[in-house]
Amino acid sequence: MARDVRYARLLGAQLRIAGLTSLQYRADFYTDAVMSVFWLAVNLAPLLVVYGHEKTLAGWSFPEALVVIGWFTVLKGILDGAVNPCLTAIVEHIRKGTLDFILLKPADAQFLISTAKLSPWRAVDVLGGLGVLVLAFVRLHRWPAPAALLSALLLLGAAVLLLYSLWILAVSVAFWVVKLDNLAFLFGSIFDAARWPIGVFRGIWRFLFTFVIPLAVLTTYPAMALLGTLALRTGLLAGLCALAFFAFARVVWGQAIGHYTSASS
Amino acid sequence: MNAIFRALRALPTLLKVGVAEAVAYRAEFVIWLLTTTMPLVMLALWSEVAREGGPVGGFTGADFTAYFLASFIVRQLTGCWVAWDMNREIREGTISMRLLRPIHPLAAYAADNAAVLPMRLVLSLPIALAALYFAGRDHVTHDPAMLGLFCVTVAGAWLLSFSIMSIIGSLAFYIDSTLAVADLWFGLFFILSGYFVPIRLFPGWLQAAADALPFRAMLGLPVEELIGMQTRASALRGMAIEWAWVLTCWTGAVVLFNRGARKYSAYGA
Repeated sequence: MARDVRYARLLGAQLRIAGLTSLQYRADFYTDAVMSVFWLAVNLAPLLVVYGHEKTLAGWSFPEALVVIGWFTVLKGILDGAVNPCLTAIVEHIRKGTLDFILLKPADAQFLISTAKLSPWRAVDVLGGLGVLVLAFVRLHRWPAPAALLSALLLLGAAVLLLYSLWILAVSVAFWVVKLDNLAFLFGSIFDAARWPIGVFRGIWRFLFTFVIPLAVLTTYPAMALLGTLALRTGLLAGLCALAFFAFARVVWGQAIGHYTSASS
Repeated sequence: MNAIFRALRALPTLLKVGVAEAVAYRAEFVIWLLTTTMPLVMLALWSEVAREGGPVGGFTGADFTAYFLASFIVRQLTGCWVAWDMNREIREGTISMRLLRPIHPLAAYAADNAAVLPMRLVLSLPIALAALYFAGRDHVTHDPAMLGLFCVTVAGAWLLSFSIMSIIGSLAFYIDSTLAVADLWFGLFFILSGYFVPIRLFPGWLQAAADALPFRAMLGLPVEELIGMQTRASALRGMAIEWAWVLTCWTGAVVLFNRGARKYSAYGA
């Protein structure tokens, strides 16, 4: 109990410092806002071309596919704003050997590292994603039921947990393979595939994106929940999947930390 | 003139060092290969579109397979990340080391980047063979002249992408957020080069824009040459535009770099 209180206070302190740090770079807000709108347009372009040729794709109509892109953009905002900055910092720490200073602190290293940095300006992406969601439902001429909204929010939680766990797994690799400047790109490029409904992919891709890197849990299932077409069983499985990945990431992180041999030794 | 001669004489050694470095960081290479899987995802997507609704603007499922596998290979051969290296070295001051050497830093960067190509070629060879097998022989050009043009176009595409990345990298001498510029560039590149969508499926005005801008020459043009979607005349026209851009961008990169380096003072040095 005392431990929980201590960690809650620590979280507060970490977030406050991270927030204050990013407030020093207020000009970033404008570049981030412009880039966010720009990337939204870039991401929508292939969708527009595809639906210029077809009415539906793998059973998804245009507004329904927009719901998936909306979720994708919201998640991307969360990933870039809260997850990416911390984890890029870890890779840098490993490369330079400054991870020592974090490991020496009397608190859980994974916790300290995961809450050390924030880019709150990326919240513009989240707003953009919500805008796309609203647009999609306006075009569908209906609004999601309260229950659908609630389950979509729960699945969003699962998606964020899953994203974070995947990132921790990727970062753990950095302990073995030190020159990993492009880790963020690797992650981003795999995550990019999540902007399409999972039904679009067949064969090996469907298998890969459902079971190995569960992209379906990230965007397709929350979108289906919002549209009210997700079976309860699938939703529960998605939640379990996120928890399982989190536990797995935690174990791998423990192993990886054991492998760390600073930079100078 | 003397400087060019000096750079050329150092080139073999620089390349040897670069290849050794690429071999030393093998694991990073495999990861780099995985970051460029977007064409394979687009391949899955467009195949599904063609499977459900028939050919799209003249593209059948097999055409899409050939197109995106070819664009995967071309991207492997022309991808270049020098903007990130330059940005970091300028920011951290380590570029001073390069400025001290008797070779122009841009030539050294170019050698570094060219040296990784053999490794990438080896890694993407299995995919090239798979492409040949899946797409069938009809989807690779039989015209030997066109294959020659393809090689020249790919060389130009590499030079163009290196020059533009160097321009963006040199901007770090002048402004803070170069990486945002790189981001902007890549966004435009994804759309206008044919990376997401074959340019031919765009409306006419957008195709015309893509033709005149440097993007299409960097990916769409060599890909279409390889899979036999370009006539000799149209390929030559595209290459003329490509090499005009190469000259412009290379000159721009050298001028920007030299002016920047002159006023540069590394922090703490």
